[in-house]
Amino acid sequence: MRILVAMSGGVDSSVVAALLHQQGHEVIGATLQLYDHGQAAKPGACCAGRDIMDARAVADRLGFPHYVIDAENRFRDSVIDSFASSYARGETPVPCVACNQGVKFTDLLGMARDLGCEAMATGHYVRRVEGEDGAQMHRPIDSDRDQSWFLFATTREQLEYLRFPLGDVPDKAQVRKMAEEFGLQIADKPDSQDICFVPNGSYAEIVEKLRPEIRGPGEIVDETGQVLGQHEGVARYTVGQSKRLGDIHTAVGERQMVTKIDVSSRRIVVGPRASVQSAEARKVIHLRDMNWLCNPTPEGVRCGVQIRAREELREALVVPLPDGGARVELTSGATPAPGQACVLYDGTRVLGGGFILGSA
Amino acid sequence: MTISSAQTYLDANATEPLRPEAREAVIAALDLVGNPSSVHAFGRAARRALEEARSVFGQGFGRDPDQCVFTSGGTEANALALHAYGAGRRIFIGATEHDAIRRAAPGADVLPVTRDGVLDCSVLREKLAELGPALVCVMAANNETGVLSPLGEVRALCQEFGAHLHVDAVQSAGRLDQRFEGCSVALSGHKMGGPKGAGALLLPDAESIEAFMPGGGQERGRRGGTQALPAIMGMAAAFTAARAQDWSSVDALRVRIDDAVKNMGARVAGDGAARLPNTSNVILDGVGAQIQLMTLDLAGFAVSAGSACSSGKVAASHVLTAMGEHDGATQALRVSLPWNVQSAQVDGFIAAYEQMVQRLRKA
Repeated sequence: MRILVAMSGGVDSSVVAALLHQQGHEVIGATLQLYDHGQAAKPGACCAGRDIMDARAVADRLGFPHYVIDAENRFRDSVIDSFASSYARGETPVPCVACNQGVKFTDLLGMARDLGCEAMATGHYVRRVEGEDGAQMHRPIDSDRDQSWFLFATTREQLEYLRFPLGDVPDKAQVRKMAEEFGLQIADKPDSQDICFVPNGSYAEIVEKLRPEIRGPGEIVDETGQVLGQHEGVARYTVGQSKRLGDIHTAVGERQMVTKIDVSSRRIVVGPRASVQSAEARKVIHLRDMNWLCNPTPEGVRCGVQIRAREELREALVVPLPDGGARVELTSGATPAPGQACVLYDGTRVLGGGFILGSA
Repeated sequence: MTISSAQTYLDANATEPLRPEAREAVIAALDLVGNPSSVHAFGRAARRALEEARSVFGQGFGRDPDQCVFTSGGTEANALALHAYGAGRRIFIGATEHDAIRRAAPGADVLPVTRDGVLDCSVLREKLAELGPALVCVMAANNETGVLSPLGEVRALCQEFGAHLHVDAVQSAGRLDQRFEGCSVALSGHKMGGPKGAGALLLPDAESIEAFMPGGGQERGRRGGTQALPAIMGMAAAFTAARAQDWSSVDALRVRIDDAVKNMGARVAGDGAARLPNTSNVILDGVGAQIQLMTLDLAGFAVSAGSACSSGKVAASHVLTAMGEHDGATQALRVSLPWNVQSAQVDGFIAAYEQMVQRLRKA
């Protein structure tokens, strides 16, 4: 079949393209140009980074067409700007979810349909399983590479069209071995970073550049408003974190964590880690923009929920709400960070998920 | 990647297919052992071939062969002209010039074009009337739209005000018979059906110019480096063949494309202007150039979109933007017919374009 492969220039998606090509499919490679790689480049200068060249080299070597899609404006609006705006609201966004939802699974997928492709494949580590009721999303075989949490917002319609060949691969070593067998020069290329448009890891600088109004120091206070210390910018904090609180832990005599970020007053509110986690109020989380990959009953779904990218499952009852959101009733206390995803699992299967709202 | 014979090549303004005459000349040149600068018999033989090629351009553009400086291509020829004639002059360039000019003259004053892409001579007159010597760079024919510049008028203005006129004739040389008297002229071999790797700068007079790569003093000190003899001989043979060709049949096929796409609701950029016999720039409103390009490529038709960056990313065309297009500058395809285009290929393209319009232009 004619299939579009979203190629990042990395090992994973390159192997996917090579695999499908070897299986005899008519592969069309596409690489999204998401941001200007040559930041110092003058207008008209080539802006493509190494990754685009790598993807193109793989396609040229294996002998299938490859195209570079300009998604810079869309990526800036739908991912980078909303990433900054989310921080400016005191949230902790997940830009990869926004990117998968918009640029990749809406725009690029639409392009694949326009080109008459029967499917679109990516190098994501997640399994697509044909169920009685349509395609299901499951965790991959290689749990170290699990990307299901980042893909919860994939709609059922998108999931029907998508293919994730690496979901069944035992581990990354196997993928690198395949890359070598295909003769791909990128077999040893290092894994990509967490947030692709933050090359040096300093996301706060980007946020503060786009939202200068939230830049600058502020106070760290306890729940009663008593000042415990200073911080150098609200964008550097996430609800639930204990890092970057300096000597406040020792001063208070108990390990503290961020419980609230108040952007308007530039205040970071902290509380004792132990007591916050046991607080009754944190047992209910509200979610917005639910994407259901199952058919929930009005009474709700008993399942496991994961409220951070790397965290263990928690037992919960998730009840759909008429506004498209959901109410998550946890059996034990948690410290959810507004803006992060809450993803629902039944065993390996992803049942859906939504974005965590701040406590009212 | 192998190219199947089912593929149709309609991207001649990117590069023309090699003409058989050029192929023969290249092959013959490959057996010339000598360096044209050497004093021995081998060198003499190579030099004779090189000077024959030079004569072809001298004769073709009505000037002394010595006024032809061979370069590596059109970009170098344009850059050399700006280097040689730009110093101490105010520089004016047309808004639709190729990057070979635009990026070699970053501080230049840009002259506007009309909606049809034709240089606005009234603005040029105003600018030239101001004090100081000037260098004016105007392309003979635009690479994206094929629109021809009003060079008669431009040249008269430059003469009136004593300005130097440099003509980028990369797309028109061989396709149109123009001599550009009194102007410096940039040429590119592979746009005529020669191999890649050779070009020329024709000088307006016997006066020498300063090289930016003096090297071993080749090209009479105007461009250093051993001449790429096979490419140069191929370019000369291609130029001769292109000039001998009757372009009216290509022009008729181009008109057939214009009429067909307009019937489907598309627009042709520079439709009201005189254009090259082989170039149509087709704007399909509401449909991005990228998806059009991919659709046609997968259907077996090679065309191009405005200005593809070396990454292959399709960006908005500065040419169409200068012509007053907004969204249209990202929704245009350039169809440029090669010298050997067949009528059936054009019919095939029109059918594929129509299919594409039906598929992509949804309500």
